[in-house]
Amino acid sequence: MTTVASNGHRTAFVDNDRKPTGHGRMLRKEDPRFVRGKGRYVDDLQLPGMLHLAILRSPLAHARVLSVDTTLAEAHPKVRLVVTGAMLAEKGLAWMPTLSNDVQAVLATDKVRFQGQEVAFVVAEDRYSARDALELIDVEYEALDPVIDVRTALSPDAPVIRDDLEGKSDNHCFDWETGDAAETDAVFARADVVVSEDIVYPRVHPAPMETCGAVADYDAVDGKLTLWSTTQAPHAHRTLYALVAGLPEHKIRVVSPDIGGGFGNKVPIYPGYVCAIVGSLLTGKPVKWMEDRAENLISTGFARDYVMRGEIAATRDGKILAIRTNVLADHGAFNGTAAPVKYPAGFFGVFTGSYDLEAAHCKMTAVYTNKAPGGVAYACSFRITEAVYLVERIVNCLAFELDMDPVELRMKNFIRPEQFPYRTKTGWVYDSGNYAPTMELAKQLAGYDELRAEQAEKRVRGELMGIGVSFFTEAVGAGPRKDMDILGLGMADGCELRVHPTGKAVVRLSVQTQGQGHETTFAQIVAEELGIPPQDIEVVHGDTDQTPFGLGTYGSRSTPVSGAAAALVARKVRDKAKLIASGMLEVSVADLEWEKGSFRVAGDPNASVTIQDIAMRAHGAGDLPEGVEGGLEAQICYNPENLTYPHGAYICVVDIDPGTAKVTVRRFVAVDDCGTRINPMIIEGQVHGGLTDGVGMALMEMIAFDEDGNCLSGSLMDYLIPTALEVPDWETGFTVTPSPHHPIGAKGVGESATVGSPPAIVNAVVDALAPFGIRHADMPLTPSRVWEAMQGRPVPPI
Amino acid sequence: MTHIKVNVDGTTYEDEVEPRLLLAHYLRDRLGLTGTPIGCDTSNCGACTVDLDGATVKSCSVLAVQADGSEVTTVQGLAKDGEWTALQRAFHERHALQCGYCTPGMIMAARDLLRENPQPTSYEIRQALEGNLCRCTGYQNIVRAVLAASGQEAPAVAEEVTA
Repeated sequence: MTTVASNGHRTAFVDNDRKPTGHGRMLRKEDPRFVRGKGRYVDDLQLPGMLHLAILRSPLAHARVLSVDTTLAEAHPKVRLVVTGAMLAEKGLAWMPTLSNDVQAVLATDKVRFQGQEVAFVVAEDRYSARDALELIDVEYEALDPVIDVRTALSPDAPVIRDDLEGKSDNHCFDWETGDAAETDAVFARADVVVSEDIVYPRVHPAPMETCGAVADYDAVDGKLTLWSTTQAPHAHRTLYALVAGLPEHKIRVVSPDIGGGFGNKVPIYPGYVCAIVGSLLTGKPVKWMEDRAENLISTGFARDYVMRGEIAATRDGKILAIRTNVLADHGAFNGTAAPVKYPAGFFGVFTGSYDLEAAHCKMTAVYTNKAPGGVAYACSFRITEAVYLVERIVNCLAFELDMDPVELRMKNFIRPEQFPYRTKTGWVYDSGNYAPTMELAKQLAGYDELRAEQAEKRVRGELMGIGVSFFTEAVGAGPRKDMDILGLGMADGCELRVHPTGKAVVRLSVQTQGQGHETTFAQIVAEELGIPPQDIEVVHGDTDQTPFGLGTYGSRSTPVSGAAAALVARKVRDKAKLIASGMLEVSVADLEWEKGSFRVAGDPNASVTIQDIAMRAHGAGDLPEGVEGGLEAQICYNPENLTYPHGAYICVVDIDPGTAKVTVRRFVAVDDCGTRINPMIIEGQVHGGLTDGVGMALMEMIAFDEDGNCLSGSLMDYLIPTALEVPDWETGFTVTPSPHHPIGAKGVGESATVGSPPAIVNAVVDALAPFGIRHADMPLTPSRVWEAMQGRPVPPI
Repeated sequence: MTHIKVNVDGTTYEDEVEPRLLLAHYLRDRLGLTGTPIGCDTSNCGACTVDLDGATVKSCSVLAVQADGSEVTTVQGLAKDGEWTALQRAFHERHALQCGYCTPGMIMAARDLLRENPQPTSYEIRQALEGNLCRCTGYQNIVRAVLAASGQEAPAVAEEVTA
């Protein structure tokens, strides 16, 4: 069932006290420490005797390392340790596995392969001295030609970047294909209309406000390593450290404390973490590594960098028949892409979008270049940002070609509600969706028809106003373990719930919030199932010694996977509580009815016991029913049967100054459908943040390089992220189409807005430029690039 | 080493510091006042914003020796006897924070705005907070929170309407 509502700006302020349990608006439990400066982030940690680590990085994009002289650095009075790649190589630690079964240099041994790559590290008594000592290390390089433009990386004369790989004679990383090529070609051959466009999704960076860092503390006496680090996946990291460093896994404790934003940047293992561990192992002291902003931007996981050729086939009256695409993917110097093993291109296969097609095909080639590794990050849901951008741009190109309204074209081609579960031509099974009402609500909130009328008037006066539409289907909640694993670890998630004798509870998660509000919303899930107020439920996460195993938070997977686990573990506790209640009330289980928070005897309103009464009995004296153990707790490992597929309709209105080509986002309407909504306040905040990402990517952000491979975006002076002045007041609405396979019908939503908004903004800018005959322009649509577009087409970005 | 005497959040500290030590690092590493975080290295992000003798500064761009003889207020010095300020309450009630990393600087900058302009418009709030970057909230709930803290009518955040 779908219900439709909009929050607009008009709803009343409601305090959570009025709704003490269950789903709904509830203020966050984590706020009190943050608004008082009492958060506990990695760099806040101070341990007795703690030393500081700094990393020397390559100034060149591609060069042979001839020698590294550390003599002067070692002589610095406050330096305790200097480590080079050669020293790590002796211990077998110079290279580490990536999340894509490639290897990445921890410290360069043979050569450097991107500017900013780790070459050596220093451990000193304070952070200033550690930085000083970096200046005292003398590295001799022999410069090599770099490979920067992905389009030339496979040229026969291109320098080979990965000569560390046995027999490697080119920069080819992998090929990947999905859909049916022959069938798609046949549909294209008979289509009335075919539109092609080269579409670049430039390299950007998640740039969380807190950079990456770690404190490693190896205790030589009990042989235990504790690593506090900025990780979105503490359990997976623990296992990988066990495999990399050879430490037994039960002697490794990874703690992810408060994280100052992740956005996918904090999924991979970075050389800095490994360096901190080595530093602690060698000095016997706690060692802190905290990168600065420049290091974060130039060396940690970038996002996107897909060069796509999109093609769409349709009938003259606007029935979309097929989509075909070729992709060239720039993976940087090491393939560090965080994606399930069987999905080297992530979930790009959902590029067929929200439309019912006859055929689809994608062929992709990924290559190495002399740039930092990464690719999957920045709320991309494993490459769905790219997929949605491709389909929503190419559909708009078709609308332009057919001279058809872009909303009407989409409505005509939507997968219909009765077609769900819907198997796409690339094999994805969408769980549920009712797209037309979502689109209609967005149109209504935006006043779409009035906007078009206003635009027509303005065009007459030579004013540049654009209206952009995007409609997306996400695929989040990785994932079914038969298909999805990260380096052999199935993508399931655990949850453990203990109810204390007094009826208070602790729920332990394997996922890791980075601001998404899990401490609040997971308490709400359990509260809804058990009737214990959320204030009485403590959420524990991020400490691998304290929490069940699971794969962490990214890909909007927390609610789909761990949220399901939380609901099911609560039901497991409730089932046990029912047995205990039957004993307390001296009736059979079949005679009991659950009313949130208590079991009552059917037909006898006075005979009931609360969950709190049951908890005390479970731990107390007195007999329990036959076969029931004491205590009231349970654990679970949830293996999702499918992903969840939230959707949304976005409409953006831009104005462009015809004199300066500056784009102003005047309005943005976002209608999201993520099924059951656990906490609408938090969802709205997630959407606001993601829409802001979209403005950043569409108009401002890009990690650019010059021809020598110098990263030109290594600071917030050059890598521009939106301030309060670049974004409008967001207008949000929602529909509710629950996921049929999820225990509470909830779908993920965290990344929807980041996925859905860039095409809406670009579509709006291109729409505004229609008088110039422009059908496409690549991001970021900075004033200079829009100006170029107004003169013809701007050069695609590198 | 230079001797400095500085009052931070009501407590006076005397220290010998290197002249190059940044105020942000002095607060965090020396005094253990880690409520003021660091988000960049080019003075753009504003996460480290504190009050220095009544002026709002980015503490990553002030030397600790420059604070000699000064009074510094950080976010940790705002709540008195456990009682939050109106801004802290409003940030909580309007969901104006997520990861919480920009929050201390954002609250300090908003506090400065409200001292100078007790009833700012939404646009004035956005202008005043231009030096404070946030990656999570998309700013709108921050604007709502500052409006609410100034006693003005502020649009609410979402309420669920389905059962």
